[in-house]
Amino acid sequence: MPTSAPVLSLRALSKSFPGVKALQDVQLDLYAGTVTALIGENGAGKSTIVKVLTGIYQPEAGEIFLDGTAVKFPSSEAAAAAGVSAIHQETVLFDELTVAENIWLGHAPKTKWGLIDVAAQRRQAAALLKSIGAKIDPDILLRELGIAQRHLVAIARALSIDARVVIMDEPTAALSHKEIQELYDLVETLKSKGKAILFISHKFDEIFRIADHYTVFRDGQFVGAGLMSEATETQLVQMMVGRAVDQIFPARVRNIGDVVFTVAGYSHPTEFADIRFSLRKGEILGFYGLVGAGRSEVMQALFGITKPSAGAVNLDGKVRVIRTTADAIAAGIVYVPEDRGRQGAIKGLPIFQNASLPSLTKTSRGGFLRLAREFALTREYTQALDLRAASLDQDIGLLSGGNQQKVVIAKWLATKPRVIILDEPTKGIDIGSKAMVHEFMAKLAAKGLAVIMVSSEIPEVLGMSDRVIVMREGRIAAELVGDAMTPEALVRAAAGLGEAA
Amino acid sequence: MKAALTSRDALLTYAIIAMTAGIAYRFPAFITPSSLANTFNDTAPLMILVIGQMIVILTKCIDLSVAATLALTGMVAALLDGAGVPLALVIPAAIALGAILGMINGLLVWRVGIPSIVVTLGTMTIYRGVIFLMTNGKWVNAHEMSDAFKALPRLHVLGLPMMSWGAIAVIAVFAVVMTRTVLGRSFYAVGGNPHAAVYAGIDVGRTQFAAFTISGALAGLVGYLWVSRYAVAYVDVAGGFELDVVAACVIGGISIAGGIGGVRGAILGCIFLGIIKNALPVIGVSPFWQMAISGTAIVLAVAVNALQNRPKGRLILKPDVPPSAQKVQA
Amino acid sequence: MSAPQSQNRHLPDRLQTPMARMLRSWEALLVVVFILIFTANSFASPYFLNVWNLSDATFNFTEKAMIAFAMAMLIIAGEIDLSVASIIALASTAMGLVMSAGYGVPVIVLAGIATGLICGAINGALVAGMNLPSIVVTIGTMSLFRGVSFIILGDQAFTGYPKEFAFFGQGYVFWVISFELFLFAVTAVIFYILLHRTNFGRTIYVIGNNPVGALFSGVRVARVRFILFLLTGLMSGVAAVCLTSRLGSTRPSIATGMELEIITMVVLGGVNILGGSGSILGVVLAAFIMGMVTFGIGLLNVPGIVMSIFLGLLLIAVIAAPKLIWRK
Repeated sequence: MPTSAPVLSLRALSKSFPGVKALQDVQLDLYAGTVTALIGENGAGKSTIVKVLTGIYQPEAGEIFLDGTAVKFPSSEAAAAAGVSAIHQETVLFDELTVAENIWLGHAPKTKWGLIDVAAQRRQAAALLKSIGAKIDPDILLRELGIAQRHLVAIARALSIDARVVIMDEPTAALSHKEIQELYDLVETLKSKGKAILFISHKFDEIFRIADHYTVFRDGQFVGAGLMSEATETQLVQMMVGRAVDQIFPARVRNIGDVVFTVAGYSHPTEFADIRFSLRKGEILGFYGLVGAGRSEVMQALFGITKPSAGAVNLDGKVRVIRTTADAIAAGIVYVPEDRGRQGAIKGLPIFQNASLPSLTKTSRGGFLRLAREFALTREYTQALDLRAASLDQDIGLLSGGNQQKVVIAKWLATKPRVIILDEPTKGIDIGSKAMVHEFMAKLAAKGLAVIMVSSEIPEVLGMSDRVIVMREGRIAAELVGDAMTPEALVRAAAGLGEAA
Repeated sequence: MKAALTSRDALLTYAIIAMTAGIAYRFPAFITPSSLANTFNDTAPLMILVIGQMIVILTKCIDLSVAATLALTGMVAALLDGAGVPLALVIPAAIALGAILGMINGLLVWRVGIPSIVVTLGTMTIYRGVIFLMTNGKWVNAHEMSDAFKALPRLHVLGLPMMSWGAIAVIAVFAVVMTRTVLGRSFYAVGGNPHAAVYAGIDVGRTQFAAFTISGALAGLVGYLWVSRYAVAYVDVAGGFELDVVAACVIGGISIAGGIGGVRGAILGCIFLGIIKNALPVIGVSPFWQMAISGTAIVLAVAVNALQNRPKGRLILKPDVPPSAQKVQA
Repeated sequence: MSAPQSQNRHLPDRLQTPMARMLRSWEALLVVVFILIFTANSFASPYFLNVWNLSDATFNFTEKAMIAFAMAMLIIAGEIDLSVASIIALASTAMGLVMSAGYGVPVIVLAGIATGLICGAINGALVAGMNLPSIVVTIGTMSLFRGVSFIILGDQAFTGYPKEFAFFGQGYVFWVISFELFLFAVTAVIFYILLHRTNFGRTIYVIGNNPVGALFSGVRVARVRFILFLLTGLMSGVAAVCLTSRLGSTRPSIATGMELEIITMVVLGGVNILGGSGSILGVVLAAFIMGMVTFGIGLLNVPGIVMSIFLGLLLIAVIAAPKLIWRK
């Protein structure tokens, strides 16, 4: 395979932003009919390289070779014309345009009058969709499609420009197990059509499943490349983080007490039904399931964002009615959301104002702010989390994802909660911060807090939880304790498979 | 089909029909062809301006300077006419000037990155101020305008005045532009999802610039039509008319958040406002009621729209009926 | 165990002292602009540096500024109210009705303020209660409120307000300090404290920067929004009392276009039109600058509309300048 010359290669490419060197002298080779995985932590420069390849960003130095000739992609049209196409969440998402228009926007077939040939557009879109096995009506508006179907539309679009290079940026992030299998099949189809594929993913199992080559970036620099068949997981992780990381979770002081929190019969018209569980003091309860199984929806209802249609919550032996987030916080239930940028951090405001937000009634007097108290509170709770920042009045938006997460966690701990819900607490944060968060979670439980952790990472669920609830299609599919907590059991329950024979 | 019958446009059509029928029941004279043609003609300037405003709103912007642009181009057209420039040059000049004024808005939004509401709030006072600077506040009256200048909008062709034909032509052109050209679809893409538009090779700023240019050019055209039809030009021509234009867009279902709406809805919004305006004197209600009625219509329109688009929560529980989106092709 | 090497570093509270930050702020720039305009005016006209003339000049902005304080908070929270001038019209009409019915000054004033509150509550209920976009809602209520005035008054006017009523728009509290100037100063202080010194003010910034995040942090977003519209309505009612008293009459066209001047004042004062940042001090300075420019140009016998060109240019220039300079 690798004997042939690369279709696309990057050499000595650099790109910087004010204060950050996003890419420094990196190289990358993509071969026809081959999947190359690009691996790196967040901030390694993966998304920058996608934007350079699709003509969104212009590199300051370095060259792009297409079939051995140096080319430039001054605009996204130029990149598309050269046959480079990217598929990711942002690629095709025009809710108010039809599927056919989404596929052909920018290069639609024209009539002799120069108008868009609607009939030809529809016909060709239908043909493309059929070629990838997608059963989607090209005339319906995109907004009517689910995430998986949108991906198929995105792929059809990539094929519509007759792409030679297809970039897939975390294509499975929002897909269910079954949909991921279908995507793998599609990647095989693309390979067999001779496309060069750049596959960006965080998930090692899927990289080993479909990639032929790998390239590793770290902090905007090229670290290494090679054949997947000759690589091991440990080796790749080492290259990513620059040191050996043993996937060990913190030793837990198991100090589980009485039941503090009971949920009975929680239901919602469309999102979940009959959710019942109890939680003990000092316990970490894991919630596992496929993406879209309704875990976050249940948690958001417990936190007062959405209103359940039925069900009751009992905290410390008292029935609580939670209609708003303020009710939940007052009752001692707090929620560290999955979508940190939108729901967690208030970007634009300084760290201390973020941290003190739910505790303002405590730091203020008679409704008037007392900044000294806010700083003291912030310092008290961020110090334990080893927050890295220039100062406490720095804009939280300027921090790395991991440090933002620390501020969000600190903000909730400052309210002295009884129950803390962490929704994908380590998603999208670097490995160092991840270990920090895990360790901290263990400490919280040891101190007697009741912890709920929603996670889609099996090692994290198994490594951290005392007990695991698995959800599927809005319902509790299984509850696993002790020896029953195996990776296989989790996957089976989540996917709705019966017991192994 | 069911969706088409309960869509926003359909609801608005029902409302218009019901309202017209109600008026006609008591005052049959209102629905004579000539009366309806009159109403249409009176609404023509609004329709032309609404097309431009709709495009701007689709791209997530707003143009509050349309009425001021109209007034300035109208004045320049009247002054050019007074200077003896032939009509065949005056009209293109008015459109070109309108386009330039629109480009100024567009450049400030695109190149300088100022929010459109601030830009057009500023230019609306500047453009009107410029009229004052040019004329020192003096009016250009009917006797100072050439006959040809005044006659064109009233000229009847095939039973309709040119004013109406102007609106029909603009509607027809933009019905095609919005659905069948790359630029037209780009307006939707830019407003619907600016990030994705960049990946599809669409320059968001340049598309917004194009929207402002079109809005300005159409305002330029209306500038001439307005001044010639009413045979007077002064600083405060069409004062506050930008609100009627935005109101018609809102009633017509153009989402202020961008990306949603179409020519049909926008024109229905104009017809709705136009009928109210022309029916009030017929049914013997003081025209002073008009403002409150259109205000109520705006509030109702935006409330109905919001109720229709209310998020219903994610569909996670296994539904009994497969969702319509899964429409499988045979 | 992969414990990060955590020796707890000390994070400073701030890197910049509040003073240093102030010196580099938009407000500092406004002070410089104000001094320049003031100096230019005093050279341009011999009548400018007269305390009574200067006192007169404050009537140019006091009513607008009172509303601008509330509007600033609304805009910081990511909303806008275009109906304020129409609220003035309706409140003024209500005062006229009450006056015609023979009631005395306290009832007239109450009627104006109550009308403002009711209008604010209507806007607030539509925006915060039904979650509708404020720009469209208030374009609607802008027509609705003034429309009701037109229905009541048509082309008529209310005149003949009692003599004592004139105090609110024409009276003086002390020497050259008019009642309006006094009220302006008091409301400035109240709004300054409310926005910058209270929990309520903090939540305004939180909502303006990230409304979803605010909700997820336990902020009662809808309630805050409703109160902000209520406050804007209240201040419009107060301004209606002053303006009606100053003019001595009510026409339905009263205060037409004033919403644009108020928004200009707020934006000139450094409030981000997209929400999230701004200060009351900036709005106060912007009010003085706009008042002095209007007054100075008026002394030079330049017509008002030319003045509005200048304000339009100023509005665009002050927002464009930092963007153009930053880009380099």
